Amino acid sequence: MSTVPAFSVEGLGHRFGQRRALKDVSFSIAPGDFTVLLGLNGAGKTTLFSLATRLYAQSEGMIRIFDMDIRERPLDCLRLIGVVFQQPTLDLDLSVEQNLFYHCALHGLSHRDAARRIATEIERVGLVDQRRDKARRLSGGQRRRVEIARALLHRPRLLLLDEPTVGLDISSRQFLLDHVHRLCREDGIAALWATHLIDEVGEAARVVVLHRGEVRAVGAAGELLGKTQAPSMRAAFETLVQERAAA
Amino acid sequence: MKPIHYLRCLVGISMREWLRFLNQRGRFFSALVRPLVWLAIFAAGFHFVLGVSIIPPYETYIPYSVYIAPGLIAMILMFNGMLSSLSMVYDREMGSMRVLMVSPLPRWFLLTAKLLAGVIVSVLQAYAFLAIAVLWDIVPPWYGYITVLPALVLSGLMMGALGLLLSSAIRQLENFASVMNFVIFPMFFASSALYPLWHVKEASLLLYYICQANPFTHAVELVRFALYGRLEPVSAVVLVAVTAIFLTLAVYGYDPAKGLMQRRAAE
Repeated sequence: MSTVPAFSVEGLGHRFGQRRALKDVSFSIAPGDFTVLLGLNGAGKTTLFSLATRLYAQSEGMIRIFDMDIRERPLDCLRLIGVVFQQPTLDLDLSVEQNLFYHCALHGLSHRDAARRIATEIERVGLVDQRRDKARRLSGGQRRRVEIARALLHRPRLLLLDEPTVGLDISSRQFLLDHVHRLCREDGIAALWATHLIDEVGEAARVVVLHRGEVRAVGAAGELLGKTQAPSMRAAFETLVQERAAA
Repeated sequence: MKPIHYLRCLVGISMREWLRFLNQRGRFFSALVRPLVWLAIFAAGFHFVLGVSIIPPYETYIPYSVYIAPGLIAMILMFNGMLSSLSMVYDREMGSMRVLMVSPLPRWFLLTAKLLAGVIVSVLQAYAFLAIAVLWDIVPPWYGYITVLPALVLSGLMMGALGLLLSSAIRQLENFASVMNFVIFPMFFASSALYPLWHVKEASLLLYYICQANPFTHAVELVRFALYGRLEPVSAVVLVAVTAIFLTLAVYGYDPAKGLMQRRAAE
């Protein structure tokens, strides 16, 4: 198994004017890992994602995708990343298939390859019957499934998901979680799942706790429970984010 | 990435633009009706008010409707260029801009492809207008329909690049409306679209120079001459230069390192 991390950040910082959004953030994810980036709203999760996808320019620290510096080889890095943004990004006036073909074109895929991959991914997310429906007609959960299918079309090795389950019902949330876990397990994809919903942290998950732009803890969920002596992940999270505030 | 990947990306972006256009039939009709209203009402009303002397490329006295036809074609290109850019502001607010921006192709190429996709739609609308304008006896020589194509493309690129530049600087959709008013109307009226510039010169020398400096005037003149199989070299050079400047600035505006998107997030 490769020892090169799928995703690593070292000393990453970012400012919006006077406001510091990220400060000295460091952690890494191995291929096939499912890692939860846990933090409250405003913790800096979306800023980190925007830096990792080159929507914002990076000024402090380093981001590496499979050992490539994103500043030196941004396009090679982007080719390896699949992204599900926090904000819905489907074109609602286009059909599910048209949205997916558009994404394939943006990655330079041929029509034949695109058609084959779309058929596979759309089946995996259980939306074969809706493939010709306009995105506008889909439910929130179905739209998210399309976005995950879309993020996988160019066969990325790293999946970045920014609060993918916000606003979804329990069954849709569970479907997405199970689906991404399966992708990590079966396809060896590394996933960074940003959320503020603590119950999305499974017992086996690796967790990065981000609070006010700083990493408060990194480790397996069980390790964090042990370290904080907390009875639940919620209690562990509260302890970790309060530690420095109290100090 | 090889050239074929770039081509596929261009085709994909053009297809999306085309599908969006087909979905918005109102946009097509309003783009077509607007110049037709000018042609049917404005041109008829001003038919005897504005005397038009024999000026190149025309070889004889022409009706006013024939004079303003190139200006109305340029108007179609202008409105479509702006609307295409409006969709960029919309895309950014709706989030679909992010999908474009995380493509592993260079950003300058993605923006140029977006621009070209808009121009294809503009040119098709311009030809639709020319087809209907036959009813008003606006019939250039047959070869004019072919020679006008590069002029339409270049003018469309210039207007689209301007729109792209504006969209990179505009924060919200609401602001776009006011910019449209401050850009579209002055550009259209301070040009040779509605009246020959010698008329303007007689009225105000300052306004004449403003019209001469207006890139929209050059778009109108390039189209006017091209409809008669002639090249207006000064206008062509001006349009190429202005398009290059607008596009460079727009790419700069959308560059994350230069931070327009970032600055917006900070505000």
